[in-house]
Parts: sequence; C-alpha cells; structure tokens
Amino acid sequence: MEDVLPPTLLTGWGRTMPSRAVVVRPGSVDDVVTTVATAGPRGVLARGAGRSYGDAAQNGGGVVLDLAALSDVEVLDDGDVVAGAGAMLSDIVPLLLERGRFLPVTPGTRFITVGGAIAADVHGKNHHVDGSFGAHVRWVDLVTADGDVRRLAADGPPDDVALLAATIGGMGLTGVLVAARFATIPAPTPWVRVQTRRARDLDALMALMVEGDDDHRYSVAWVDGMARGARLGRGVLTRGDHARPDEAPRRGRAAAPLAAGPPRLDVPPVPVSPLNRLTLAAFNEMWFRKAPRSRDGEITGIAPFFYPLDAVGGWNRLYGRRGFLQYQFAVPDAGADVVRVSLERLAGIGAPSFLSVLKRFGPGRPESQLSFPIAGWTLAIDVPVRTPGLAAALDDLDGHVLAAGGRLYLAKDSRAVPATIAAGYPGLPSFRALRADVDPHGVFVSDLSRRLQL
Amino acid sequence: MTDALDRPTSILVLGGTSDIALATVRALRSPALHRVVLAARPSAGREEAVASLTADGVAGVTAVDFDAAATESHEGVLAAAFATGDVDVVLVAFGVLGDQQEFEDDPDLAVEAAQVNYVGALSVCLRAARHLTGQGHGSLVVLSSVAGERARRSNFVYGSTKAGLDALASGLADALHGSGAHVLVVRPGFVRTGMTTHLEPAPLSVTAEQVADAVVSGLRRGSTVVYVPAAMRVVMSGLRHLPRAVFRRLPI
Ligand SMILES: Cc1cc2nc3c(=O)[nH]c(=O)nc-3n(C[C@H](O)[C@H](O)[C@H](O)COP(=O)(O)OP(=O)(O)OC[C@H]3O[C@@H](n4cnc5c(N)ncnc54)[C@H](O)[C@@H]3O)c2cc1C
Ligand SMILES: NC(=O)c1ccc[n+]([C@@H]2O[C@H](COP(=O)([O-])OP(=O)(O)OC[C@H]3O[C@@H](n4cnc5c(N)ncnc54)[C@H](OP(=O)(O)O)[C@@H]3O)[C@@H](O)[C@H]2O)c1
Repeated sequence: MEDVLPPTLLTGWGRTMPSRAVVVRPGSVDDVVTTVATAGPRGVLARGAGRSYGDAAQNGGGVVLDLAALSDVEVLDDGDVVAGAGAMLSDIVPLLLERGRFLPVTPGTRFITVGGAIAADVHGKNHHVDGSFGAHVRWVDLVTADGDVRRLAADGPPDDVALLAATIGGMGLTGVLVAARFATIPAPTPWVRVQTRRARDLDALMALMVEGDDDHRYSVAWVDGMARGARLGRGVLTRGDHARPDEAPRRGRAAAPLAAGPPRLDVPPVPVSPLNRLTLAAFNEMWFRKAPRSRDGEITGIAPFFYPLDAVGGWNRLYGRRGFLQYQFAVPDAGADVVRVSLERLAGIGAPSFLSVLKRFGPGRPESQLSFPIAGWTLAIDVPVRTPGLAAALDDLDGHVLAAGGRLYLAKDSRAVPATIAAGYPGLPSFRALRADVDPHGVFVSDLSRRLQL
Repeated sequence: MTDALDRPTSILVLGGTSDIALATVRALRSPALHRVVLAARPSAGREEAVASLTADGVAGVTAVDFDAAATESHEGVLAAAFATGDVDVVLVAFGVLGDQQEFEDDPDLAVEAAQVNYVGALSVCLRAARHLTGQGHGSLVVLSSVAGERARRSNFVYGSTKAGLDALASGLADALHGSGAHVLVVRPGFVRTGMTTHLEPAPLSVTAEQVADAVVSGLRRGSTVVYVPAAMRVVMSGLRHLPRAVFRRLPI
C-alpha cells in the first residue's frame, strides 16, 4: 500500500532552499510504477536519505518518492549485495562485516541509501584504488518514464549499458532505482590499520599524498581551512587498510569497532550558531595539535575511521537557521594549484570552515556523464551561507576550477550556475540526449535539474 | 529556485517600469539571475528599462504587455511567465499616487486608481500565489505603503487602496505559510521616485535603492513585513495610537 504524506517542505543536508512536495511512500515496485505513470506536470523524483547538501533530492510542486519500504537486503554467497534502493548503508554494513566483507565504496556517512549512492555515484577514501560506487554495480532495476521496470546489467546489451551508465551519477533524472546488486570487498576484520602523518603546510601535505597514497586502500586528508600564511593547508593525513585477524584487538572490545547504533550525541535545534570564526579556529587548532606528528599501525574501528561525524546526530543544525553549503570540486593533477587558491580565497573572506577534506581521485567514469570524480584532486569545504562575500568568492573559484579542467559535485551543489556545470561536464549534451529519449516528457525532474538546466 | 546564497534565478516584475522595482532587480542581480520579465504597458520607458538593466549586466531581460487595470488579461500574463520556467520572485510594483483633491472632485478618477492599486493588485497577487504554491517555492513581494496604515486627510484615497492591498498581502502571507511560497509586504514611507518628483520630500524620505536593499534583506531573512526606513515602524506605531483629534491636525 502506498502512503501519501501531507505536503512537506524538504531541504538537503545544508538546510537551505526549501521547497514543498507531495511525498509518496510506495509499498512496492508496482506502487512506484503507478506513481510514475500518474505524474503531474511537476513530475516525480526519488529521494534517499536527504544527505545531499543542496536541492538534488527535492522536487518543488511535484511528487517525491521515499523508498524507505524498499529496503530488503540480502548478502549472496559470493559476497555481492542485492538490496532495495531504499536500504541504508548503515543497515548493510553490519551484515557485511559478519561475513568478512565491506562496502566497495562508502562516503563519509553511512546514513545514505543504495539509491543515493548510485544516483550520485559516491566516492570514498579508496577512490584512487577502487573507483566510485558505480564501478561495483552489477545491475539495477530502474523504473523508467514509460512505466517499465528495466533490469540494466553492466554486461547487458548496449542500450541497457548506456542507460545504466547514465543512471550512475544521473541524480535520479533517468528514473527511479528500486533495487541493485553490487560487489563488495573483503574485510577480514571490522578493524582498520591506520597510518597518520601531520603536515605543516599544503605543499608538504600534497607531496605526502602523491608519494604514498598508492600503498594504501584508504587515504584522506583533513585540512585546517582556517590556517593562513605559512600554515595554509596544514593538515592531517590518515591512511588505512583493513586489519588482518592477527592485528585485531583481543575479543572483549570486539563490539566497539562498528557502534552501528543510533548517534551517541544529538544536536538540538540552535537559534544562533555556535560555529563562528573563533570557535572553529580553536577547534581546528586543537584537532591539529591533538594529531600525532607521525604514527603507524594504530588499530581503529570501522565507524571512527569511516564515519567520525555520524557519532553526532543532526550536526548540520550547528550551522544555525540559515544553513550551510559544501563547496566540493575536482581538478586534474595539473590544476593542483586550485586547492591552494581555494583555501586562500576562503580564508581570505574569513569563512569559518570546519575541517575541510582533501583527497586524490583515480580515473573517473566518462561513460557516466554526470559522475563527479576525475583523476586528480578533490577538495570539500563546509561554509555557513551567512559568510559575507561567499557568493563572489565561490563564483571566482568556479572560474579557477573550470580553467583547470575541473568540475563541481552535483550532490553538494546549492549555488552553481548552469554554465559552470555545462562547462565542467562535457558529457552533459549526451546525457540530455539520452534523457530526451527515455523520458521525452520530462517526468523525472528535481529542483537541482531545473536550477542548473540539466 | 533561489539558491543557497539567496540569489534568485528568475524575477517577474508586475509594473516593470517602476523605479523601486528596477532598483530591486539591480540589487538582486547576480550571475545566478538569468531571467527577468518586465510586465508593463508598452512605452518608451519600458524599452529603456530593458536596455538599462541589460546594460547593467542583468541577463535575459524581456518585456511583456501588462495593464494592471485589465484584470481579464492577468492570468495569461502570469501563466506565460511561469510556463517558461520557475519564477523565484514576483514583484508587484505598479501603483498610481494620484491627487487627493482631484479624487474628491472626480470620484471616477478615484475608482480608476483603486482599480489599479487594489483590484489589479488583488488579481495578480492571488494568481501569483497559485503559481508559486504550484511550484512549491518562491517569493511574492508586494509594494504596499505606510499610507495604508493610517489614512491621512491629505491622501486617504490612495491610502485606502494601499490599506486594502496591505490587508490582502498580509492575509496571503498567512495563507501561504508552509506552502514553500512566501510573501513579503514592503511598507515604504516617502520614496523619491518618478511617483513623487512633483512633491516636497517628507521627513525620513528614502531612495528607491534603499527600498531595494530592504527588500533584499527581507527576502534573505524570510520576513513578512519590512518598513523603509526601518524607523518608520516606530513612527507608524506612534501615529496609529494618536487620538483622532490630534492626528487630524497633524501637517502630514
Ligand atoms: C556527512 C556527509 C559526508 C558525505 N561524504 C561523502 C563522501 O565522502 N563521498 C561522496 O561521494 N558523498 C558524500 N556525501 C554525500 C552523499 O553521500 C550523497 O549526497 C548521497 O547521494 C546521499 O545519499 P542519500 O540516500 O541521502 O540520497 P539523497 O540525498 O536523498 O539523494 C541524492 C540524489 O540521489 C537521487 N536518488 C536517491 N535515491 C534514488 C533512487 N532510488 N532512484 C533514483 N535516484 C535516487 C536523488 O534524486 C538525488 O538526486 C556526504 C554527505 C554527508 C552528509
Ligand atoms: N514613491 C513612493 O513614495 C512610494 C511610497 C510607498 C509605496 N510606493 C509604492 O511603490 C510602488 C512603486 O512605485 P515607485 O515609487 O517605483 O513609482 P513609479 O516609478 O511611478 O512606479 C509606478 C509604476 O506603476 C505602473 N503603473 C501605473 N498604472 C499602471 C497600470 N494600469 N498598469 C501597469 N502598470 C501601471 C507605472 O507604469 P507606467 O510606466 O506604465 O506608468 C510605473 O511603472 C507603487 O505601488 C507605489 O504605490 C511608493
């Protein structure tokens, strides 16, 4: 039975730009087909857990499908997962760890859905080794605009492969994912062996990453976005690999590594954001000092390693009523300087940013026209939208990103202009052509697709 | 969709040649803004408005025919603007000031003014509200006036039209609560624009640019009412409570 909720105001994780939609909770794939078939002029869009930052999972005036009921998960003998698109990664992780496996790719939060992981073609700390989520998808079931339920296999006929490719990273604009099968990777223990290196400035940090990332499955650097001058770009690089059984702590503590329960701390709604230049500068300073200059062989749990922020429920509310955005771009190696320029520019306007994240990307998936990763660097910076001068600074940075042959991440965007996206994604015309073919009446639309004219 | 940095991507101005409206469009100008529709009666002034906004770097400025008094044509004008794409801000800026003495001498003139200021505005506000709620987001900015808050001897006909409009817009603001659409009622005092060039500026007079800035910050904050200048709120609250016998004799 499908459930139609009263019209609801929806926002993304950044809590900016609300729009109202009718949220429908289908109880079955048939319900999804019915909803798609009876779409009104404002169309239909699937929404996962709403962890994208901007307006990607909104469809003002239209219908938004919440697939929470399509959340069955099965781990097959070969380790593959078959899951409903509404299944949360947080529910899949424990099942996998029990079998000595892990997600092939996980973002920095486990509270996202399989549908959201595929539609945004999410990347993790292992992109330089394993690629993005889409690289591990065996097949998906996609409800298309004509009401078909199509199983699109990675090794299927060319038309299916092309539609699957466009759906990976396609931000829900090719149809509604209802189920998927994806490969997993071995994880002999629920523990991670971590190497930590503290770098006093950006050059040192980037040099470390270029040299040693290939020796580790996971690598990410947390950058102090508020340090300026000689300390610009100082950061802490953590790299890791799944720990072997002989490295795992003795029993007793064995429950700790996952801590898959609900967040340990919850942030209440705050009228005035406690995050400002002073508190954040102090936090970044403390966190930098706390990190060891160099440490090897530390054994840590899956949750603190992959999902440090998940321990604080609703931390996005800390940014106050007006919300925040995340600026995330990717540039080829030749454009590495854009990382410096971005940190300088945002430090220059005094943007109070929490820890920023720097990562190296391996090769991208050009066949997935809107998939974000391209080989090189990616930087993600959280900034409250109330920061004076932010619009001009980011517009300016867009220019640098594009000049370097880079692009912005649609799952994080809440302020780019259509031309910036078109210039960053040369595959956009081919994505549009495919969409015109499979969805000639434009049933699948989002606030993001309208705003950016995708 | 107005972006996370409060930058609208499209604006529809009803009363597209109004000085206050044009200043507001300029204040909302950004790289994100790519469509501005100026709905106004055909005139050289309208062409000039398109040209000057375009020269100021506003992208996608076009004009469409619109007569506030011709309510039967309003749905067509609004539907066409919304059919081209979502409209993030609808600015209702048309209005006539008229002359109190002439209104009293020739009530037909007063009816005409009410036809524009109140009936025309009622027509577009209700229609715009439907379109905005239909898209689940967007703002309706309504140029009211402090003149509507307490009618003065010297311009109570105009004041009464604005009182009606203000009541309508305030009611709409409540009606649209939770719809994703939002109403901002703007209550300026004396603004030095084309409407008032023939008059001696009153105390606390402001420029069209000051009204525009107040609109921008009102939109950013999600306010329902803004006074321009802000001090007008206090002045009006004082005036509202003056005994009638005293109020009548004030030289305002
Ligand atoms: C703390 C935090 C850390 C993050 N870290 C990372 C990171 O390291 N790497 C990374 O890549 N991303 C990261 N993200 C972003 C997040 O992983 C993506 O935005 C992801 O898409 C969110 O999934 P979701 O289920 O919440 O989807 P939503 O945000 O609800 O939707 C995202 C998009 O997917 C589409 N979609 C969702 N479900 C379906 C479906 N069933 N069928 C078709 N389309 C669908 C929606 O229409 C929308 O366009 C992070 C986000 C947060 C909040
Ligand atoms: N100026 C002030 O002191 C003041 C104070 C408070 C409130 N306001 C209000 O602010 C708004 C904007 O005024 P303004 O100061 O910017 O003055 P303005 O420049 O004179 O603008 C008034 C606009 O109304 C338009 N208009 C009049 N009759 C119309 C009709 N029948 N159909 C379509 N458009 C019509 C005019 O267009 P044409 O070019 O076709 O004539 C003109 O563009 C008005 O609602 C006004 O009442 C002004």
